[in-house]
Amino acid sequence: MSTETSPSRTGSYTEVQQSPEFSALRRALRGFVFPMTVAFFSWYALYVVLSAYARDFMATKVVGNINIALVFGLLQFASTFLIAWWYERYATRRLEPEANRLRAKIENGAAQ
Amino acid sequence: MNTYLAAASTATIRSITLSLFLVFVLVTLAITVWASRQTRDATDFYAGGRSFSGFQNGMAIGGDYMSAASFLGIAGIIALNGYDGFLYSIGFLVAWLVALLLVAELLRNSGKYTMADVLAFRMRQAPVRTAAAVSTVTVSIFYLLAQMVGAGALMALLLGIKPGQTFLGMDPNTAKVATIILIGALMITYVTVGGMKGTTYVQIVKAFLLMIGAFLMTVLVLAAFKFNLSSLLGEAAAESGKGTNFLNPGTVYGKEVAGDSLQTFYNKIDLLSLGIALVLGTAGLPHILIRFYTVPNSRAARKSVVWAIGIIGTFYLMTLALGFGAAALVGGEAIKAQNPGGNTAAPQLAQALGERYLGGDIGGATFLAVIAAVAFATILAVVAGLTLASSSSLSHDFYANVMKKGQTSERQEVVVARFSAFAIGAVSIVLGIWAKDLNVAFLVALAFAVAASGNLPAILYSLFWKRFNTSGAVWAIYGGLISAVTLVFFSPVVSGAANSMFPKQDWQWFPLSNPGIISIPLGFLCGWLGTVLSREPADEEKYAELEVRALTGAGAH
Repeated sequence: MSTETSPSRTGSYTEVQQSPEFSALRRALRGFVFPMTVAFFSWYALYVVLSAYARDFMATKVVGNINIALVFGLLQFASTFLIAWWYERYATRRLEPEANRLRAKIENGAAQ
Repeated sequence: MNTYLAAASTATIRSITLSLFLVFVLVTLAITVWASRQTRDATDFYAGGRSFSGFQNGMAIGGDYMSAASFLGIAGIIALNGYDGFLYSIGFLVAWLVALLLVAELLRNSGKYTMADVLAFRMRQAPVRTAAAVSTVTVSIFYLLAQMVGAGALMALLLGIKPGQTFLGMDPNTAKVATIILIGALMITYVTVGGMKGTTYVQIVKAFLLMIGAFLMTVLVLAAFKFNLSSLLGEAAAESGKGTNFLNPGTVYGKEVAGDSLQTFYNKIDLLSLGIALVLGTAGLPHILIRFYTVPNSRAARKSVVWAIGIIGTFYLMTLALGFGAAALVGGEAIKAQNPGGNTAAPQLAQALGERYLGGDIGGATFLAVIAAVAFATILAVVAGLTLASSSSLSHDFYANVMKKGQTSERQEVVVARFSAFAIGAVSIVLGIWAKDLNVAFLVALAFAVAASGNLPAILYSLFWKRFNTSGAVWAIYGGLISAVTLVFFSPVVSGAANSMFPKQDWQWFPLSNPGIISIPLGFLCGWLGTVLSREPADEEKYAELEVRALTGAGAH
């Protein structure tokens, strides 16, 4: 189902792009995904670097045969699940309603 | 004493494995034929009619992504070398956050059928689409080749055909060739007949089987150790013959070579390089990217990635139990005796668990056969996804938009896509047979490195950088692709080492097995340089359109 809707006047995408509503949407998206990407990438890089250069630390036993390396690895799973859940919630609550509103506006504008 | 494939049960295992595999093939072929009746236009063929739900597509993404390398490979690395196999699982999982946060929804909103739809959105079509098609086909063929060669070796191994023996008149060598041809023929059929719809259902069925199989094995392993993770790890370390080092990083990756500080340095850089390629490669893999087009909107694309993260993450957690379980219950010696690379660890574990819980040789044979059949299903689904991605790109990007400059009917495009699938399949079969005895396991890591070095920079710049232009996109793709492939060609995985692809030749000068740490920054650098050095101004109006469409979903296909 391809609903090809290009706005009637050229430049109206530019108009939307420069509108304050769209700027707010872009800020809301980038304000979440950019810092979050930096965060999870650094957290992951820390894990890889420690695996390469801090072997004694990673080998420290925590409980029984479970060492820091294993706990650190499992925490990478936990943080991935957590960030996915967090973003899903944020996108549903904060990004989607605004995106849908703008979209309706664009498509109605195009239909007239 | 637990001897894998004892003579008495070999026949039983073979017949159960083959019957189950046959059932899977018949069911998936039936689905494919059904899907072909639902496939009417190009959107159906390329994007499954955009009719799948977030959950269905999440399963299908899992089916596309969890290859035999994940299932048998990672379980095998953990079983033989302990902790280091876990590094792979973590990289493969965390990578999905790049896809979720930066790529999936924006791509879904602004593209149509292929990765290049987004890359070429505001650029000159011909050069960008050509580059994207070259990169897509290269990545997919590398990946395909690794899967097909792996499948050939696996079939001989799982059917228990040893050198000097024959089965149905085939010695191990013939069995490898026959498997490669069979897998190639099936993947061509799934793609040409069923298109994206058929392929997606094959992925879903496979993901379901793989999860069930892995779950059963995990529960049985944990039950054998009274659900005490620590005693599982202790037993695994004791049986491995490597002691506590088995539970620490460093047995395979980033190995410390006593008395050779240069080699130690290279090994550690190599580990970092692998880590970066794993985490950045996923969101640039064409067969993963086209999955986002199979859902109706960006909301469903996002939900499908969240589901995929749940499914894939759970699976990788289970491979931990499978790997350590195989070390503890089968033992490193028994696994190495069967396959030095450890690829049979998971099936051997299944046999041990079957003997323990289902009773005797027959129980062991049955469970082994089930898991072996699941492994074949796994390979088939992955190769089908790869074939579809490369044939879509050849047809939609190269044929329709470069050769015909957009002047072709969608009907004609689909015909070309079907022929392309046939051609890609034929090339893979020939290459697979040629490479059947070579060590090509590195090709999966290379596919990730190329995807991370060429495709990902181009995608991210396209979506987020206003100034990015045609020459930047072309430079990024070719720069990343060529540097990754060249560095690997001169690395120890291709020549100059005992376990190289060509162990007898030596033209190696690049010390790392994984090129990512050089080629990924190079890909980003090329994209930037190509942009700023070109006099061509960025198309601001088209960028406005791309950005508005990507963020709001207006005008989405």
